[in-house]
Amino acid sequence: MTTLLRNAAGSVGALALLAIATPAHAATVGGDVPAWVALAYLAAGVLFILALRGLSSPESSRAGNRFGMIGMVIAVATTLVTHEVAGLVEILIAIAIGGSIGFVVARRIAMTAMPQLVAGFHSLVGMAAVLVAAAAYLNPGAFGIADAAGILLPITRVEMGLGAAIGAITFSGSVIAFAKLNGNMSGAPILLPARHVINLGTLAAILGLIVYFYFVGSPRVDTPWLFWTITILAFAVGFLLIIPIGGADMPVVVSMLNSYSGWAAAAMGFTLGNTAMIITGALVGSSGAILSYIMCRAMNRKFLSVIAGGFGADGGGGGDKGERIERPWKAGSADDAAFLMKQAEKIIIIPGYGMAVAQAQHVLREMADLLKEEGVSVKYAIHPVAGRMPGHMNVLLAEANVPYDEVFELEDINSEFSQADVAFIIGANDVVNPAAKTDSSSPIYGMPVFDVDKAKTVFFIKRSMGGVGYAGVDNEVFYNDNTMMLLSDAKKMVEEINKSLG
Amino acid sequence: MDFISILSIFVLACFVGYYVVWSVTPALHTPLMSVTNAISSVIIVGALIAAAAGGAADAEAAKWLGLAGVVLASVNIFGGFAVTERMLAMYKKKERK
Repeated sequence: MTTLLRNAAGSVGALALLAIATPAHAATVGGDVPAWVALAYLAAGVLFILALRGLSSPESSRAGNRFGMIGMVIAVATTLVTHEVAGLVEILIAIAIGGSIGFVVARRIAMTAMPQLVAGFHSLVGMAAVLVAAAAYLNPGAFGIADAAGILLPITRVEMGLGAAIGAITFSGSVIAFAKLNGNMSGAPILLPARHVINLGTLAAILGLIVYFYFVGSPRVDTPWLFWTITILAFAVGFLLIIPIGGADMPVVVSMLNSYSGWAAAAMGFTLGNTAMIITGALVGSSGAILSYIMCRAMNRKFLSVIAGGFGADGGGGGDKGERIERPWKAGSADDAAFLMKQAEKIIIIPGYGMAVAQAQHVLREMADLLKEEGVSVKYAIHPVAGRMPGHMNVLLAEANVPYDEVFELEDINSEFSQADVAFIIGANDVVNPAAKTDSSSPIYGMPVFDVDKAKTVFFIKRSMGGVGYAGVDNEVFYNDNTMMLLSDAKKMVEEINKSLG
Repeated sequence: MDFISILSIFVLACFVGYYVVWSVTPALHTPLMSVTNAISSVIIVGALIAAAAGGAADAEAAKWLGLAGVVLASVNIFGGFAVTERMLAMYKKKERK
């Protein structure tokens, strides 16, 4: 931890030195920038680093968010002060329109809809990057990226091309991710024939055109189609890349698009020679990349195979069709559950997305409160892929006033199931399936799962015995001797348990 | 700034990002995404430059593209920070009796 801090601090220091030292001896892009301007953008960048740094614990997180806001104000104010502003009123109106839309949406959005919202926001960053790149292409003089004859500097063409391309991919990809998450579009993968050839071919064409863009004498005169072709191809690629990816893999996709929106901002930062944009772009880019990695690891999926798509193509559960036989299982009632849990010393609750769909988080917290009054220790166990995006379940529980120090991550709590009297599974399935540990032919084999079978008693709330999890595999836990199936809507069942407890 | 200096800042910032993001607690990964969303809208700087310039023909087109960019980025900035604030306010510790 301390080394971690030292590393981060050291890099920030090095960044500061570089940014301060640079304007003095070199200014090829954008003319001479006064030192205080460079410092102001640097300060914004450092404040953004602190914004993320604050998220290392819930206590420091709100201060971090404030640092982020201050950084943004500094960046915007510095830009407005240092440029000849022809129409300040227009700009302020634009900020007011966008700001009020954003603010109202942020106030109203349901926490269950967070993944859609984030995907939607990503698409806006992507589109903004495309618009900035297009504006810089049309009016390079304003950005200080043209030579004496008014022709775009070659190196900025590459940066601009990359910025527009990544931005366009982020935009159309995020629009598809939004539609899939929001239910405007089926979550089922859409598989075009030869899609890998099409996608790779188009990506290669974009890169080739960007290289060509660099070597053209005067792009606006010789190849006026070039920049726009790059942008349009990139819009198409973003669309094609995301349609074959199934609903279950959306957490990875949202994280990946998060990363892309960062790289787009960084590319535009290169064009403008702006440290705040470059630092932010790099932060956001690495953040999204790390989150995608964490998600893939938690599902034991290779990033490349997620991107290749097709997972969850048919709900049939692979080649095991017909093998599923009727096996004996024990049904329980709300009274049984209430009675046994009252007697328990230690209960671990495993919530899954089904809980959020049933809107059962509030009654679940009431149940935990009732049990705590009986002297029972209650903990929540959260799998990294619970919910529809990284950390989604934690937000949903926090909204229901579950204290965050009762909520534990997979690796921190998994050893405790052997001492638990009750494992209470609500709306989760694949994350408690022991087949992930034992059955190498299972589609979820290798995925880290909760060892719920080690608890003395397992309560499994599920709508019916018919449905299976995302992966479409049967779950041994249903048929264990110490498992009681509580077949009902999650919210109704917990309400009945609460009645019985109270 | 010359290309190499910019590149150096970029590479070092990637390392800063790597270490800072790994130290984010998994419970806050959703706010992490919404706040990175908000800060990546610093791209508004580019949109403002275009919107501020204006002039004839192409510059006028660039100005309108810039203004559109300002609108989109503002949605993100205000929305991103506000929703992050809203989420973070929900994280509470156990009340000790």
